[in-house]
Amino acid sequence: MSAREKGWKEIAPAGVCSKPSITFLTGDWKTYMPVRDLEKCTRCLLCVLFCPDGAIHWKPEKSDIEFDYNFCKGCGICANECPTKAITMKVE
Amino acid sequence: MATQEWKFTTKDIAEKPDLFLSGHRACAGCAPTVVLRLIMKAIRGPTIVTQATGCMEVVSSIYPYTSWAVPWLHTAFETAAANASGIEAALKALKKKGKLKHEHVDVIAIAGDGGTYDIGFQALSGAVERGHDFLFVLYDNEAYMNTGIQRSGGTPKGAATTTSPAGTAIPGKLEYKKPIADIMVAHEIPYVATASPYYWRDLLAKVRKGLEVEGPAFLHVLAPCPRGWRSDQAKSIEYSRLAVETCVFPLWEAVNGQYQLSVASKLIALAPQKKRPVTDYLQGQGRFRHLFTPKNKHLLEEFQRVTDERWQRLLAKCGITAKT
Repeated sequence: MSAREKGWKEIAPAGVCSKPSITFLTGDWKTYMPVRDLEKCTRCLLCVLFCPDGAIHWKPEKSDIEFDYNFCKGCGICANECPTKAITMKVE
Repeated sequence: MATQEWKFTTKDIAEKPDLFLSGHRACAGCAPTVVLRLIMKAIRGPTIVTQATGCMEVVSSIYPYTSWAVPWLHTAFETAAANASGIEAALKALKKKGKLKHEHVDVIAIAGDGGTYDIGFQALSGAVERGHDFLFVLYDNEAYMNTGIQRSGGTPKGAATTTSPAGTAIPGKLEYKKPIADIMVAHEIPYVATASPYYWRDLLAKVRKGLEVEGPAFLHVLAPCPRGWRSDQAKSIEYSRLAVETCVFPLWEAVNGQYQLSVASKLIALAPQKKRPVTDYLQGQGRFRHLFTPKNKHLLEEFQRVTDERWQRLLAKCGITAKT
């Protein structure tokens, strides 16, 4: 066994996914990134619910939302569904 | 279990932690992942999820990563419901022996349209006949998207897929979409409902109701797939709204076989001028592009006619007299 590869006894058994996927960043997939107009945003939180990647977080302590560009794939659902059109997609 | 109506605000739902984690490998603009995220925000306590092979299983469990923050079990394509019945039976046995720490554990089985309409149907039919207490969620993206967009029993007539390509020989799929939710009502199970992610309140309430009923519950959720529908990835949720507004996918629930329209569809039933033509829904979807050529005009008219007929039949089942 080479020094850099793990043997079968050290890795998780087949069929068991052991790592949470939040350690796998999908943010580098995107071409467009959502940018929010703070004036227009009413904090209705629809984008938080409709984000397929859970990349928009509601921060109760700040009463505001936050984009997590580490996971955003740039699909544009948030911009399309935003009732006040506060989100625009810009080339990254 | 107590069946008190579950009340929630948008903030409540936004504050709940995601149990379907970020970092899954779904395509950008995937609506099934929105459905799963929302479903996991509606669970009421300890829950075990079992999932048949399909897009959502593949993207959420690429070794060694998992997107599930709840106990989760993958099973073969055809056996989501069989697996759920096994889990439910095991929980019952453990409870009898006093080895179960929790008072009650919910079981959710999730499958795509291939794993429900076609391959998984006999397992589902058997499991609900035996009366196991579980919620079966069908996320319907209307083809086998995971393996390369092959037609399924859930693909609507006229849709182009890789196994029913629109061309000179055939104009897309030749058969109609199977009314799976009606078939499940015919099994005389306590709860059957249809839902769409755009109407997320309705979806969450239905998931909770499905978990609360004693016995099997079936939830049919439309989940647009931008890759397979050849549509704009930003418009996935918009299509889930248009499907309801055009009555292609009406929202209803059947409690103990009693049909009842849900709010979004009831508004259309009460004010028929709000019902939009199906072309609003079909436009922009590449899989229906050929329907808009002059030669296929009759297919478009047929789509509208069949949609209207199905809508009228549904209204009759709900005891609403059709207005013109």
